[in-house]
Amino acid sequence: MLNHYPDVTSSVLTGLGWYYLILLFMNLLWTVRSYKVDGEFSNGVPKATVWAVASSIFMMMSAAHFSSARSAETFLIRMPVFFKDLVDANFANPVIYFVLSIALLWGMIRLREWWTKPTVAWSLLNISLVFMGLSLTDYDFRQIVGKPDNVPIVGMLFIVAFFTWIYFRRAVDNDNRVAEGRPLFEQENNEKVLVWPDLVYTELICMVVLTAFLIFWGIALKAPLEEPASSVKTPNPSKAPWYFLGLQEMLVYFDPWLAGVVLPSIILGGLMAVPYIDFNKKGNGYYTFKERSFAVSTFLFGFLPLWVALIVLGTFLRGPNWNFFGIYELWDVHKVEAANNVNLSEIFWSLPGLPGLPRGSSIGAILLRESPGIVLTLAYFAVLPPILGLTVLRKYFVRMGVLRFLVFSNLLLWMAILPVKMLLRWAFSLKYIVGIPEYFFNI
Amino acid sequence: MSVGDYIRNSQIWRSVFRHPAPTDRRNRVVVMLTNFFLHLHPVSVKQQGIALSYTWCMGGITFFLFLVETITGVLLMFYYRPTLEWAFYDIQALRDVQTLGIMREIHRWGAHAMVITVWLHMYRVFLTGSYKPPREFNWVIGVLLLVLTLLLSFTGYLLPWDQLAIWAITVGSNMARATPFLGMEGPGFQLLNTSGYELITNASDAKFLLLGGRFVGEATLNRFYILHCVAIPVVVSGLIAIHFWRVRKDGGISQPL
Ligand code: HEM
Repeated sequence: MLNHYPDVTSSVLTGLGWYYLILLFMNLLWTVRSYKVDGEFSNGVPKATVWAVASSIFMMMSAAHFSSARSAETFLIRMPVFFKDLVDANFANPVIYFVLSIALLWGMIRLREWWTKPTVAWSLLNISLVFMGLSLTDYDFRQIVGKPDNVPIVGMLFIVAFFTWIYFRRAVDNDNRVAEGRPLFEQENNEKVLVWPDLVYTELICMVVLTAFLIFWGIALKAPLEEPASSVKTPNPSKAPWYFLGLQEMLVYFDPWLAGVVLPSIILGGLMAVPYIDFNKKGNGYYTFKERSFAVSTFLFGFLPLWVALIVLGTFLRGPNWNFFGIYELWDVHKVEAANNVNLSEIFWSLPGLPGLPRGSSIGAILLRESPGIVLTLAYFAVLPPILGLTVLRKYFVRMGVLRFLVFSNLLLWMAILPVKMLLRWAFSLKYIVGIPEYFFNI
Repeated sequence: MSVGDYIRNSQIWRSVFRHPAPTDRRNRVVVMLTNFFLHLHPVSVKQQGIALSYTWCMGGITFFLFLVETITGVLLMFYYRPTLEWAFYDIQALRDVQTLGIMREIHRWGAHAMVITVWLHMYRVFLTGSYKPPREFNWVIGVLLLVLTLLLSFTGYLLPWDQLAIWAITVGSNMARATPFLGMEGPGFQLLNTSGYELITNASDAKFLLLGGRFVGEATLNRFYILHCVAIPVVVSGLIAIHFWRVRKDGGISQPL
């Protein structure tokens, strides 16, 4: 019988053969490096042996894939079904996904001394590449990851991880230097050099490499062109361009006026305000974490879980009807997700002892109905900042002055509203905190 | 005299390049001062300021990608007519008929790459604290460049006029309808519609302004085409010039004090 959704085909196997071949060469280079710098285990065996073994495993993987390309159906090296089911059953949920991404960031900050070590980082890279390679033996995974417009996003993930690694490595190094009273990395070997040749040649080489890279990419991957535009055939799911998918994801929790207009404006306004809010004079012109841990953590939180991770979520994990799909799950148009979300007003007015939801469409009745949410929202944005300023953020309040502190604390609170709303949705199936659909005013 | 020396000593060569070959220290200084393209740079810089591991070269790469997009974009304009009748088929022909036609690929992948590199550039500038005084305002200009880069990409997304294009733009521009006060489905628009005079209707709200119509159609295509090929690139070029000028005036690439 012909399988319309084959997990493994001969072209997939050939592709993966090349994939593991590249892994082999990467690890061979690493073996050489390790041989030069890593030294030996206590019994005299060079540590590079581990990498030599890893390389030979990749070599066998590569050979196995190439040589089995003709008998794809019976090929054994694939992502185990139980693992796929496990992932789809336990992680196919936006809240868990989001919490995990925050946990990852937290771990990254706490364990920065550990994971920035080259050997650890290289092992992590290998693990994620093997995970990726095994996942590619899944039909549904390939469908999403292999869409031409999605390929750059996979690349972006690795690039962002790489540069985050560079940052933490340099920051840890500098923080240790400061602790030991040595000069910063950036202050060593910092002679003046002539721009010609030192910079001009770097730029030239960069341009040549990039041009070659773009040409290669252009030949290897065709730009997508779907059917001619038709205003009657709505695709399901309809997605915005990929860089806006984090914003589109917010539509799950907020109405368009917030997710699509107000929040983006606040993100941009907040970014522009950064240099005028951050009064810390340290950490200007060099990498450091300790000297500006709060600023950096906040920015990392905004960039990694709230921006990059949400884009990945919107691109790879949101399928038809904007339902959440596991990475190995078929995008089934008929998947139903129960959505029995209720408004805060409905919860509040049905508390024991209260008269039930006030009816009526006059402004007064509406305001009365929504008063719990309105009070909460006002408290969040107006009462919380002074309280924060007098307690946990006192240090900042004292140094910033009133106006600056109000802007700063409000920006922080705006940044927190997505996690807050997610939590409320998760805990109470909350739909709107303030729900005034009569005037399109829902929060 | 070698051929190279003969050429470099000819009147033509010397009329084009205002300086001798930069082989010794003096001429390496002179070349930076007298060449139009090179004079964007200072003559000498601190070694760590130009280290790849410090700047990641991301600003430079973003600029390079902008140039690539300009060049491939002009080439694409030769083949593309922004009308409902032709837009899709011109792109299709570009794929099916042109020999060695990878300009569209380079343009599209270059655009994706530019969005990513502009983020990474911002990431690096933040992580090195380079927005701190005296560079605050250059950061603000940077944020404007970031928005414009996204808008460039967004307006370009519509031009192939396929299903991917119009529905992505439809989803994106539906947001405009919800603009507070100015959108037909935004909170508070009724306030502008009082006393019988309808200021905000579906033929006059923010979405209509963006699309040039009530839905994504020919007027939208024209509007986005002009924004994409003329208006936004001109503004971006201007801002990039100011951005670079400020990098120099603010004391070059940031350094520990
Ligand atoms: C089209 C977009 C942009 C281009 C072409 C561009 C280009 C550049 C270049 C070539 C540099 C020199 C240093 C380097 O390469 O890192 C630079 C520096 C700088 N950029 Fe950008 N940039 C862009 C967007 C941004 C954005 C989005 C931001 C921040 C929000 C930003 C903020 C800065 C700042 C503050 C500096 C000075 C950094 C320092 O002195 O270390 N730029 N830019």
